[in-house]
Amino acid sequence: MTNSTNTALFNYVLGLADDALILGQRTSEWCSRGPFLEEDIALSNLALDYIGRARMFYQYAAQIQGMGKTEDDLAYFRDEREFTNLVINELPNFDFAFSIVRQYLLDVHACLYLEQLSNSKDQRLSEIAAKAIKETRYHLKRSETWVLQLGQGTEESAKRMQDALDELWGYTPELFISSEAELALSGEEGEASIAVNRESLRHLWLERVTAHMLTSGLVIPEQNWQVVGGRNGDHSEHLGHLLSEMQILQRSYPGLEW
Amino acid sequence: MSESGQAIFDRRIESEQKVEPKDWMPADYRKNLIRQMSQHAHSEVIGMQPEGNWISRAPTLKRKMVLLAKVQDEGGHGLYLYSATETLNATRDEMNEALHSGKAKYASIFNYPALSWADVGAIGWLVDGAAIVNQISLQSTSYGPYSRAMIRICKEESFHQRQGYEMMIVLANGTKEQKAMAQDALNRIWWPSLMMFGPHDSDSAHSGRSMQWKIKRRTNDELRQSFVDQTVPQIEFLGLEMPDPEIKWNEERGHYDFGEIDWDEFKRVISGDGPCNRDRIRHHKKAHDDGQWVRDALVAYQTKKSAASAA
Repeated sequence: MTNSTNTALFNYVLGLADDALILGQRTSEWCSRGPFLEEDIALSNLALDYIGRARMFYQYAAQIQGMGKTEDDLAYFRDEREFTNLVINELPNFDFAFSIVRQYLLDVHACLYLEQLSNSKDQRLSEIAAKAIKETRYHLKRSETWVLQLGQGTEESAKRMQDALDELWGYTPELFISSEAELALSGEEGEASIAVNRESLRHLWLERVTAHMLTSGLVIPEQNWQVVGGRNGDHSEHLGHLLSEMQILQRSYPGLEW
Repeated sequence: MSESGQAIFDRRIESEQKVEPKDWMPADYRKNLIRQMSQHAHSEVIGMQPEGNWISRAPTLKRKMVLLAKVQDEGGHGLYLYSATETLNATRDEMNEALHSGKAKYASIFNYPALSWADVGAIGWLVDGAAIVNQISLQSTSYGPYSRAMIRICKEESFHQRQGYEMMIVLANGTKEQKAMAQDALNRIWWPSLMMFGPHDSDSAHSGRSMQWKIKRRTNDELRQSFVDQTVPQIEFLGLEMPDPEIKWNEERGHYDFGEIDWDEFKRVISGDGPCNRDRIRHHKKAHDDGQWVRDALVAYQTKKSAASAA
């Protein structure tokens, strides 16, 4: 592997790890705060799947980097400008509708994404994707059902769901922008590749989301604003607070065993 | 002439057979069970908060997962216990309301704050350890659904207890700061853990009848002594100082002696004036209130769906 391919692969895997960790951390905030006990347990489970996924990606990233770092070095000793998660993952859980709509939009995306990643030329990535997609198919079933039930529930629930969709919509274009690392690891048209071509997922994603929102009585907003830049370290102000809380012990007592 | 419900019930209790939901039972037996089981369920659910307080700050990703899974298990235990209590015709809404109004109690230990990462270890080790001592005896409780829930819960709790103790081992063998963290957690959590077993047998309002009905199988003081006896050698192994200077092996009794619990504090915390009582209920009530629209929407959706399928 050439040096530049190695750097691209490291950045690529790190981005996937950051996406999973930041969403997992956000989702874990629901623990003991769910709308009822069964859902509380389900949301904790979702968070666990994401943190588990983050660990697999970080371990691989650390191995590619080859500097003897651990998953925790990568998760706990980088600042907000160095985190490259997509912005949608870091947004706070404004209300249950917001978390559910975000999860649904991301689940549809992750299903498409992981299906392709499971065909990656990189064996480790394809193995991680094969494991993750099983969880994601189940997550999608759940979030799809929630969108339907809350979209068709009461006037209040429909309004909250529509508001959440409107608020989130401008964060979705970023899901389809390939980073430099991704472009470098994509093969020519029709060739096997390491990374997934994000643009290619856009059409199918929009088709699925639009159909389900329609069934659920929700309206797809106009795409007239967007926030992008997470992969380049351009984040919302929310990420810094999330990281400062998450990293506090490692930063206060660096280098210890826990 | 057929035998009276009371006679059948008495014979069941006498011969160590389980009482099942459809069996006749004395009204007070039912009432007593609902009180104890819902209190137990609430304890599991409120118990999610102090440890949950550290999920976002767990120092490694592995620890974060272990803690999240543990807190999730506690929610699961709450769920088994609420379901078991529902077999006595208590509804979840009634139980939640009783929790929010202060009518139903929960384990007082959760009214103390989790102030450092070591508290997460100490809670697993001491609080789950105390809970297990209590719950092992409840596996043979006379009410079937409660007994079965306890058997299942005990397996998971002992796993949590070992995880908590393992965390304490790491901290007790760590740096000066980590060891101090572990000692401080032990000192703070020790006494409230002993209080978990309730008042002395001579002062326990519900104990007599619960023992007679075999809802409870061992007395508060017996259980507390078992806990002290199993825990003192573990403190020694960690190389931490005893949290109570009066802890001493008593050759004659074959047990460890220990100091007297501050019963004024015990009463204060139980009656609502502990360090976190208000926070715990506010947190639970806020989640419940914030979730009202979600629960309403589910009911509305189901109603629409069944109306549509009936049409």
